[in-house]
Amino acid sequence: MRRLLILVSALMLCMATASFSSAQLINGAGATFPAPLYSKWSYEYAKQTKIKLNYQSIGSGGGIKQVMAGTVDFGASDAPLGAKELKEGGLVQFPMAIGGVVPVVNIKGIAPGQMKLTGEVLADIYLGKITKWNDKRIADLNAGVALPDEKITVVHRSDGSGTTWIFTNYLSKVSPEWQKKAGFGTAVNWPAGVGGKGNEGVATYVKRIKNTIGYVEFAYAVQNKLTQTKLKNKAGSFVDPSMESFMAAAESADWKGTPGFGVILTEQAGKGAWPIAGATFILVKANPSECANAKEVLKFFDWAYKNGGAMAKALDYVPIPKNVFELMEQAWAKEVKCASQPVWGK
Amino acid sequence: MAENLKEKTGELDISSSGADGYVSLSARRQSSGKLGDAVFKGVAYGFAFSVILLMALLFIVLVKESWLSIKAFGFSFVYSSIWDPVAQEFGALPSIYGTIVSSIIAIVIAVPISLGIAIFLTEMAPKRLKGPIGTAIELLASIPSIIYGMWGLFVFAPFLSEYVEPFLIDYLGFIPLFTGAPLGIGMLPAGFILAIMIIPFISSVTRDIFQMVPSILKESGYGVGATKWEVIRKIVFPYARSGVIGAVILGLGRALGETMAVTFLIGNAQEIKLSLLDPATSISATLANEFTEAVEELYLSSLVELGLILFLITFVVLALAKLLIARFSYKGGKL
Repeated sequence: MRRLLILVSALMLCMATASFSSAQLINGAGATFPAPLYSKWSYEYAKQTKIKLNYQSIGSGGGIKQVMAGTVDFGASDAPLGAKELKEGGLVQFPMAIGGVVPVVNIKGIAPGQMKLTGEVLADIYLGKITKWNDKRIADLNAGVALPDEKITVVHRSDGSGTTWIFTNYLSKVSPEWQKKAGFGTAVNWPAGVGGKGNEGVATYVKRIKNTIGYVEFAYAVQNKLTQTKLKNKAGSFVDPSMESFMAAAESADWKGTPGFGVILTEQAGKGAWPIAGATFILVKANPSECANAKEVLKFFDWAYKNGGAMAKALDYVPIPKNVFELMEQAWAKEVKCASQPVWGK
Repeated sequence: MAENLKEKTGELDISSSGADGYVSLSARRQSSGKLGDAVFKGVAYGFAFSVILLMALLFIVLVKESWLSIKAFGFSFVYSSIWDPVAQEFGALPSIYGTIVSSIIAIVIAVPISLGIAIFLTEMAPKRLKGPIGTAIELLASIPSIIYGMWGLFVFAPFLSEYVEPFLIDYLGFIPLFTGAPLGIGMLPAGFILAIMIIPFISSVTRDIFQMVPSILKESGYGVGATKWEVIRKIVFPYARSGVIGAVILGLGRALGETMAVTFLIGNAQEIKLSLLDPATSISATLANEFTEAVEELYLSSLVELGLILFLITFVVLALAKLLIARFSYKGGKL
């Protein structure tokens, strides 16, 4: 009996050490928006390399806090941190995917892509200043479209989210009044409307309640077959939300001149650019205490960029442009250091 | 009682064998029994006090974590209705208002229905109906609240906005409580779903209490010619009064803290509107919505203070309940 016990415990010890050395685990936490993408990538990556990535989608706030505290190897945030915050937290930031936020409506007789809106009109609807669908300012943009004489029900996110951050950032850029009254953030003091929890909450409300307008991530609009609108961009043309128009927004941004790649992709100048686009970011420590893990994190994201583009597109995410990735690799080599030696690169 | 027991065991020993060994064994067993009693008493005390300790720790942590917000806003946190995460200005009034009003709506709807169910089950239902209905109620009580929330969002809210709310607006719209658009989400729908959630609790507890009314009392009532209604009103209700109040408070406690179902149906708007059809918010809904993305210290601290306020509200409600129960408990005699 005793011999058996020794045998079993010895076996377990062997297995424990074996699993410890062969299957390394990278831990990450943060934004919910890119979570499906990171899960997909980590699944494929683990198949090839036996290195597992454990991503907890607890929200950007939690992700930032945990990476600062060093409890995870990387954090993820939908809203970029500024140069000052990055410096204070000792963090390095880089973008990993691009997405878009689209206004969606539920009006009888209006087809997807039929309604045209401008940023100012959208802001005034969300401010509660334009209250009816047949308001003159909406009618002027949509000549020939039959608009009902009905009250507009505004739907927004009730939970703090990166989607709201991008959307309100756009409204703040196009409407000084919005900037003054509500501002932008993951949650704001909404002047009007009802709040739905999560993208799915907003999508449900817009689908169900008549004469509503809401905003969701592009993927949700596509999957729920919601009626998306056109928007007028900075260049003055009306564009549809699509992978191409998000990409156009990403390409026209000044990635090089923005510290920490903290580019805000709303209201970009590109001709075909969708005005409410945004990147989602990864945060790692500039001077990690777990150097081996830090290297694995960068290796994973390097792999993800080189091999994960198609997977991202299949899940309705836009991969970051190639030139941005090259800048990123340079930044890794320069900024992420262990004992003054770069963790990544030659 | 204890002596009685000892006698019995003694008898048992003698009758079984009468050998000396057994007697001494029984004595040993008694002394170990005493030790066991002492240990059991200690452990039970420990468990009981751990509840108090847990409460105290909870309170301390809540106060500590919300200290930043308490210092920044002081008492104005309770009466300010501005909730602006961008400007870092927080006031809890809309959340407190929504919590209390939605719970009151729930109680107003749930109590009569629950009492009706309990009376039916104890006084009127034929035997073969009692079992199935009683089981159904207990099953309803065990459904997770997220299921109620999803059902409320996908089934109940469309029903309300198609049929119930237009009716209320058309016929009761002259009362300010029933104005606005029939969204199907808002204070009233949240109250409805809370009512549905607490009916099983209140009705199953009140049923048990009604069953404890001695049948001799009821039979005496019938004996002197009282009708069923008179027996229920003048014998069953007074006898069960304190228990029923306890059951209602149990339901209220659950309604005050309910989170997911309310979050789905209340509309999550940080404002106070008179109309019950307009979107509102509650303390637990605000917490569920905003905790994950609250980055700033003050924001987080304000959310914790909301939790502290909910803790205090629940505490006050329970204390009031104890007072009420003491005041109304049945003392016999004057019916």
